[in-house]
Amino acid sequence: MTVGVLALQGAFIEHETMLQGLGVATLQVRLPEQLVQVERLIIPGGESTTIGKLLVRFDLLEPIQQRAAEGMPIWGTCAGMILLAKEIAEGRVEGQPALGLMDITARRNAFGRQVDSFETNLQVPVLGEAPFHAVFIRAPQIDKVGEAVETLASLDDGRIVAARQGKLLATAFHPELTGDARFHELFLGL
Amino acid sequence: METSTFTTKVGLAQMLKGGVIMDVVTPDQAKIAEEAGAVAVMALERVPADIRKDGGVARMSDPEMIQGIIEAVTIPVMAKSRIGHFVEAQILEAIGVDYIDESEVLTPADEEHHTNKHNFKVPFVCGARNLGEALRRITEGAAMIRTKGEAGTGNVVEAVRHARTMFAEIRRLQTLDPDELFVAAKNLQAPYELVKQIAELGRLPVVNFAAGGIATPADAALMMQLGVDGVFVGSGIFKSGNPAKRAKAIVEATTHFRDAKLLAEISRNLGEAMVGINIDTIPENELLAKRGW
Repeated sequence: MTVGVLALQGAFIEHETMLQGLGVATLQVRLPEQLVQVERLIIPGGESTTIGKLLVRFDLLEPIQQRAAEGMPIWGTCAGMILLAKEIAEGRVEGQPALGLMDITARRNAFGRQVDSFETNLQVPVLGEAPFHAVFIRAPQIDKVGEAVETLASLDDGRIVAARQGKLLATAFHPELTGDARFHELFLGL
Repeated sequence: METSTFTTKVGLAQMLKGGVIMDVVTPDQAKIAEEAGAVAVMALERVPADIRKDGGVARMSDPEMIQGIIEAVTIPVMAKSRIGHFVEAQILEAIGVDYIDESEVLTPADEEHHTNKHNFKVPFVCGARNLGEALRRITEGAAMIRTKGEAGTGNVVEAVRHARTMFAEIRRLQTLDPDELFVAAKNLQAPYELVKQIAELGRLPVVNFAAGGIATPADAALMMQLGVDGVFVGSGIFKSGNPAKRAKAIVEATTHFRDAKLLAEISRNLGEAMVGINIDTIPENELLAKRGW
């Protein structure tokens, strides 16, 4: 199995390093010809506006939507989660493309500016009892989830930061930065 | 919950990788940059080419102007403080910029000491011409490094020199016997622990962008192939004939930096590039890269 990591911009190498640590082959996806070679896809953290525009310019938006419809598992971290979301709170910036695959409403920069970025321990029941150390960087949150969506983790104040819908996974934080591979294992099992 | 840790500071730079950070002087330019696909903008009053032309003392930009840019875009906004001017940095932190560039492009405020960047919650990027300089900045708390190049020239030669120097010095450390790293640290004028870490990692422990003279998509791809994580483009965009088109092309070239066929497509019909300056025509005392130590 080869896991694709969307490599248009952002922290894609960190995801590849985590996957390779689990013995999984990875491929950087920048063009449709690479997308057809992978069985799963991670959309990494980065700037969602940048990645969204490049998805359109290099003809990846529709092929990814098509693969998702055929059941390919996709995981979006941070910017990737924003791109997966069907709705954006306060609307998308005009002309901002997105995949719009997951029945969630994401809110960009939900915690403020960079000085408000933080680390915390999360309870993620689906990963077992040990807390998951999570890094939030200018992070989004999930305002609303649809009926088919399972909430996987929330902050103490109830804000949703991880969710799953069928073969789609979304995290507002960055499991690729902390060395704990449990979210990567969860994704590989979808 | 812990805010503004070193992990979150370095982490933002990690999220900017593979991207282009553009100098902008107005909210309209910031919007053009965002629309082109910039991962962040650097808000400043004059681009380096104009600072070079105008002369005089170059200082932090007016907070009002920076605020206007913060409000115009959703991507991160960076701003420059003078080397060693920790009060300018305090002001930039107070208005909520996402990254501070302690920059040699502005006139240094302290010719001996850089800002102690550990004292801040906001992360810093600093310029460096070589590994020793980079490691001294990281020791002072920088969470991101950019090779300096020579800002405002539209000439990539110094950016290449500094990136090649940095990567050659890192490769050299990797060839040394562990017993030889103590003297290597002395020669680099950098802490031994950091030098040892570089020898093991084979790279800086923070993200490393290129800056100073990048004017074309090919320049950006050149720096990426040399091994940097992303690029800063200053005067190169808004001093060119068609900024929106050129900005978009440089973003695309930074993503597809190894794909020569695509680079050929991307480089077509961009209009005039900024007029460049040959470095050897610049008087020694006007070279910006020599500021900082």
